Amino acid sequence: MAEKILPPEELGRVDYSPPKKSWMDPKVEFRKGTFNYGAVPSSTSYLDLPFSRKWQPTDDDWQLPDNWKEIILNGLKDRLKKYRSLKVFMDICVRCGACADKCHFYIGSGDPKNMPVLRAELLRSVYRNDFTTAGKLLGKLAGGRKLTKEIIKEWFYYFYQCTECRRCSVFCPYGIDTAEITMMGRELLNLLGLDIDWITTPAANCFRTGNHLGIQPHGFKDSVEFAVDDLEEITGIRVEAPINKKGAEVLFIVPSADYFGDPHYFGFLGYLALLHEIGLDYTFSTFASEGGNFGLFHSAEMMKRLNAKMYMEAKRLGVKWILGGECGHMWRVIHQYMDTVNGPADFLEVPVSPITGTRFEHAASTKMIHIAEFTADLIKHGKLNLDKSRNDQWRVTFHDSCNPARAMGLLEEPRFILNSVCNHFYEMPENTIREQTFCCGSGAGLGTDENFEMRMRGGLPRANAVKYVQEQHDVNMLCCICAIDKATLPPLMDYWVPGIQVGALHELVGNALVMKGEKERVTDMRSNPLPGKEVTVDA
Amino acid sequence: MRDKGRIIIGLVIFLILITFPVWYNVARGKAGYVPQLEKPATVKQCVRDTSFMKAHHMDLLDEWRDRVVRKGEVMDIDMAGKPVEMSLTRTCLGCHHNREAFCNRCHSYMDVSPYCWDCHVDPKETK
Amino acid sequence: MKLFISLLAVLVLIILPLILVANGGDSIRYLFGVIVPYVGIAVFLFGIIYRVLHWARSPVPFRIVTTCGQQRSLPWIKSSKLENPHTIWGVLGRMLLEVLCFRSLFRNTKVELHEGPKLAYGADKWLWAAGLAFHWSLLIIFLRHFKYFAEPVPYFVTVIQNLDGFFQVGLPILYITDIIVVVALTYIFLRRVFVPQVRYISLPADYFALFLLLGITISGIVVRYFFKTDIVGVKELGTGLLSFHPVVPASIGVSFFIHLFLVSCLLMYFPFSKLMHMGGVFLSPTRNLVNNSRAKRHINPWNYPVKVHTYEEYEDEFREVMRAAGLPLEKE
Repeated sequence: MAEKILPPEELGRVDYSPPKKSWMDPKVEFRKGTFNYGAVPSSTSYLDLPFSRKWQPTDDDWQLPDNWKEIILNGLKDRLKKYRSLKVFMDICVRCGACADKCHFYIGSGDPKNMPVLRAELLRSVYRNDFTTAGKLLGKLAGGRKLTKEIIKEWFYYFYQCTECRRCSVFCPYGIDTAEITMMGRELLNLLGLDIDWITTPAANCFRTGNHLGIQPHGFKDSVEFAVDDLEEITGIRVEAPINKKGAEVLFIVPSADYFGDPHYFGFLGYLALLHEIGLDYTFSTFASEGGNFGLFHSAEMMKRLNAKMYMEAKRLGVKWILGGECGHMWRVIHQYMDTVNGPADFLEVPVSPITGTRFEHAASTKMIHIAEFTADLIKHGKLNLDKSRNDQWRVTFHDSCNPARAMGLLEEPRFILNSVCNHFYEMPENTIREQTFCCGSGAGLGTDENFEMRMRGGLPRANAVKYVQEQHDVNMLCCICAIDKATLPPLMDYWVPGIQVGALHELVGNALVMKGEKERVTDMRSNPLPGKEVTVDA
Repeated sequence: MRDKGRIIIGLVIFLILITFPVWYNVARGKAGYVPQLEKPATVKQCVRDTSFMKAHHMDLLDEWRDRVVRKGEVMDIDMAGKPVEMSLTRTCLGCHHNREAFCNRCHSYMDVSPYCWDCHVDPKETK
Repeated sequence: MKLFISLLAVLVLIILPLILVANGGDSIRYLFGVIVPYVGIAVFLFGIIYRVLHWARSPVPFRIVTTCGQQRSLPWIKSSKLENPHTIWGVLGRMLLEVLCFRSLFRNTKVELHEGPKLAYGADKWLWAAGLAFHWSLLIIFLRHFKYFAEPVPYFVTVIQNLDGFFQVGLPILYITDIIVVVALTYIFLRRVFVPQVRYISLPADYFALFLLLGITISGIVVRYFFKTDIVGVKELGTGLLSFHPVVPASIGVSFFIHLFLVSCLLMYFPFSKLMHMGGVFLSPTRNLVNNSRAKRHINPWNYPVKVHTYEEYEDEFREVMRAAGLPLEKE
């Protein structure tokens, strides 16, 4: 937790009137709580990133290489050549402002440069100055800005105040996607060695050990065995959780927080219970022990480098297809990038559920399906015996994670599952869910403690919508399918909406799932007593 | 993915649509057509000068109608200072005998359909 | 400041033909009536082709659809065919909705922050309504103008102008779109000036485009209703230009030259400005792609090999701990 933060009533008083000075003035103040620390050299050098050095954003001198300007401009030129999205988005914005109050960071901070339009203009102004005729001739009059070191600092501040959630792109009449702009902006900064530690160190860990947390193979095995023990205590059933098993039908990849973090872990217990109950022949992998991909928040190249493990491991283990756990940006990568960057996965088969026989044609090429798709199919075919009342302690609302919602369209599957496993499910207001869902405020590598104030600001719209259902329906559980959500929503809830627990979809599935041969359950996955099963202590 | 083919098809469709009048004129073969009006053989001067009449004849007729119908006036003064009756049928058609060869040529060229003839009749045509 | 520079620029564009044509001879009339419009048309057409092909030269490396509805996954879950298209027909529908109805802008909301804090989201359709009204009016006005270029006047132009003049008010008959276009542009302009956030993000180019369009529509209205000119002569000029036998009839007045010059300026400005959103919206990868990236592999033409960490390297580093933990090994 950050050392000092204003109380919610005060932080929640946001002034939206723009400042006197023009946005073209790049000066930013690196105030504690609103920015991320620079990457440590051990991580950047492990990944062979350029200009690895010790630095902090608060330093006066960022020790930029001598030819920094040339690097940026060439980098921009290169990306304009590679990405039509960037080229078109640089040219066609009309500055109508429809995106402005769609950004959670703008709503929570009132800083005009957090309006998606201005975030893009930070880069666009340099583009206009150096890549368009009007800008070259008219300069500032044409909206151009000469690239300066101050602008680099400004970029760093604001491109790490965007969670690439893409909510603005839903509202933009031309579909301009600020995530694309932010990604390019971050790639350019990385060319100068301006990486942030919360992204680069997990990426380095993942590159080496297979997961962001840096858990080594034996540690992974310990974690899984620990979970198997816990599940046995709750259900009386000792499940098998194979690791690195060659010839298994399915490779199951989950975000590393699922087996190491809380409350993710309760969802992990749910997975184990479910996969045991249906008797799926699956395996975990220690090498591909990370579903998430912090490389996505760094660069397309780093995303590809980290993602490569999934197909490499599926091939080595000889599985037929891959099942993926609950994680947001992981699914952006799998759905929109994996097959393109690391495919074709012609050594795998089109996923078929061995229990229901359903052929998942929509994943015919990538050969990887989301566990919510898999479980929804099981429930629809009546393959699971579910006791909804075992979730009666929860009054649940569902947080659509940005990426599954806006980069995939996984909206109904989790809702179908929720309606099948619990009795009390309430939606948040319609402008805050589904494709209009609000980010947790900590995605895209910004979920660090040093950035705490900005996270609370960015999370305000989400928290406020939860508060609404808390007041209307006594909601006490915020269910989600994203590892970053599960890590960052609890402090967000504690700050804005105390009394809300955060839980995984498959935690609720695990609670409701009646397993063959299980003992009478007295606790839920959290080892808390089930309703009506509280032990009364006589005096 | 480049989709060059689709983009070029799109551009071609755009160009065809936006240059519609060019090839339409070529197809109809009337690009050089300019309406030639039949001018009165005897009278050389209209009630106002020609350039005014070209741009504003509708204003004058409108004014005449109001003065005749609403104010009960009959006569106007023409540009030579001579009194002239404010009448479409008698004054205008008095010189421009052939409505078809005078009024309608420009009106159809410009796709204008004035509602003069909803009420007024050309005496010669009704016969 | 930004506003006044733009206003000044457009005023200069109005005064220029006003002074020159009024005092100049035939050569000036030829310049403003023939040369400048030809340059405008050429720059417009070649500029648009150049810009679109320039965009097209860069590939779309990833299938980055912004999905605004349920994906197509399991057969019993109803997918959103237009908001999250899984076929090319769905994309076509999505694009048509976007281009003809401004679907995305229709979603627009306005956020309000109350004490507490308490956030409220209200529908805000004004920008959508004004934008749609402006663009559709402009299209109708553009099509109506075909009568100055095509002989005989095509039937659809007659139909459009009859509908536009449906109320038969005034002489010449008032076109509804003339009113709508000015009202909508004025709203968009006032919004830019009076909404603090929008004013803050506005560039001179944003005001310039609005002033130029207002100049064109108002000068057009002036020519039609107030300072009338010989429109038969105007059509002679129009058809002459498009059949490459240009003549500038002496009967055309200055008011028309102002209108024509502003239009020519717009044509020249268009391909190099934000107005290219007209073409760009069709090339926006978040809207114009099918969301089928798991069903069908999307090819990235510049996909290059990267340095990866192989399983062998991994096992080499962790072999001892893996053996101790009883995990299977490739190499014992």
